[in-house]
Amino acid sequence: MTPGPKLVSILRQGPYLIASVHTALDDTQMTRFQEDLIEQIGRHRSRGVIIDVAALDVLDSFATRTLRTIGEIARLRGARTIIVGIQPEVAFAIVSLGMSTGSLETALDLEEGLTYLDGPTWREPDRARAAR
Amino acid sequence: MSYDQDLMETASGTRTSSGGRSAGSGTGPGSDEDELLPQLVAHLREHRTKLRQEWAERIQSSGLLHAMTPQEMTAETTSVYDNYVEVLETGSVEALQRYARDLSERIIPRGVETHEVVGIVLLLRDVLARSLFEKYQRDFGMLNRVLDAYEPAANRIANTVAVSFVDERERVIRQQQDSIRELSTPVLPVRERLLILPIIGVLDSERARQLTEQLLTGIRTHRAKVVVIDITGVPDVDEAVADHLVRTVDASRLMGASVIITGLSPEIAQTLVTIGVDLSKMDTIGDLQGGLEEAERLLGFSVTRGDGVSGP
Repeated sequence: MTPGPKLVSILRQGPYLIASVHTALDDTQMTRFQEDLIEQIGRHRSRGVIIDVAALDVLDSFATRTLRTIGEIARLRGARTIIVGIQPEVAFAIVSLGMSTGSLETALDLEEGLTYLDGPTWREPDRARAAR
Repeated sequence: MSYDQDLMETASGTRTSSGGRSAGSGTGPGSDEDELLPQLVAHLREHRTKLRQEWAERIQSSGLLHAMTPQEMTAETTSVYDNYVEVLETGSVEALQRYARDLSERIIPRGVETHEVVGIVLLLRDVLARSLFEKYQRDFGMLNRVLDAYEPAANRIANTVAVSFVDERERVIRQQQDSIRELSTPVLPVRERLLILPIIGVLDSERARQLTEQLLTGIRTHRAKVVVIDITGVPDVDEAVADHLVRTVDASRLMGASVIITGLSPEIAQTLVTIGVDLSKMDTIGDLQGGLEEAERLLGFSVTRGDGVSGP
C-alpha cells in the first residue's frame, strides 16, 4: 500500500461503484487501482462502475490502456464501466496521440454517468426500444 | 518664447564666432563637433516658418497625403517639424517615437500608405539639407562637418518614423486577425445541451486547432450532449483538416457529446472519399435543418407548431 493520503477513493452508491482519481497515478499505482476496483466489483456485486478523472490534466497511454482494460474486465464480471470528466485538453491529447479508446464509454461528468448507467443498457436494447 | 529667443541668441553668437574661427583656420579641425548641432538647431528654429512651408509645398506637389485637409496638413507638418528639430537637438528619439505612433494610429484608418509616410519624412530631410547647403555654400569644409552631424541624426529620424508606422500597422493587423479568429468559430447553444458550430471560410490547420479548443471547452461549459458542426460555408477541406475533424469528433465523444456534421458539399464529400479519410465514425447529415432535427430527436425534443399560429 502506498503511504500518504489515498490517491483514489472507491465509493459504493447503490448498485454502482464510483472511483474518483484525485491525482496523477504512476504505472504501479494504476495497476493497483485496477486490481482494487475489480476486486470490489465482485465484493459489492456492482452493476456499474464510474471512473471520474476530472482532476487529471494528463492521461498517458498506459493509463488509457488500463482504463480500457478495466472496462473489459468489468464487463466480464457483469458491470458496465463509464469514464467521466475527461478534460478537453486530455480528450484531444488522447485522440491526437492515436491511443485507441475502443470500447470505452464516456460521459461529461458524474451526474451524466449516473444517468447513463440508469438508462437502457446494452444488454437489453430490444426491451428498451419496445418500452419507448 | 523668451527661452527660444535666448537660445537663438546664444546659438547665433556661437555660430558667428565658430564661423569666424573656421574661416580663419580653413578646413582644419577648427570648431568642436558638439557645437555644430546646436548651431544647426538654432538655424532650423530661426527659419521654421519658411522651411515648414517649403516642405508642405513639396509634399503637395509630390501628391502625397491627399487624404488630409490643408488645415490638418499645417497642424501635422508643424508638429512633425518641431519634433524633428527636437530630436536633432536632444538626440533622443523617444518623444518622436511616441508622436509617430500616435500619428500613425490617427492616419492608418484613413488609408495613408507606408510610402507616403516615408516619403514625407525624406522630403523634410531634403528640404532641411537644402537650406544647410544654402547657408554654408561659401564654406565647403564647414558644410561638410555640418552635414556629418546632420545626416546620421536625420537618417535615424527617418528610420524611427518608418519603423513606428510599420509597427503600428502590424499591431492593427494583428488585432484584426485576432478578432476575425474569435468571430470565425462561434459556439452557439440552440437548445438545452445542444450546440451548433457554423463554420464559414477556409479551414486551415490553425483555425481547425482553434475550433477544436473552442468546441471542447464549449461542451464542458454548456454541458452539451449533441453538437452540430455545419460546414456549408467551407469551400475546401484537405487531408490534414479532415483528419483533424475526425479527431475532434472522437475527442468530443470522450467528453460525452455526439457530433453531427452537416452541409458537406458534393466537392468536399468527393475529396474526403478520394483521399480515404476514415469517416465511419462521423455522423453526417445533408443540411443544417436535418442535423438539428436529428439532434433534437437524440435529445428527446419534439417540435410542434402551435395551434394558434397559422402556417406560412
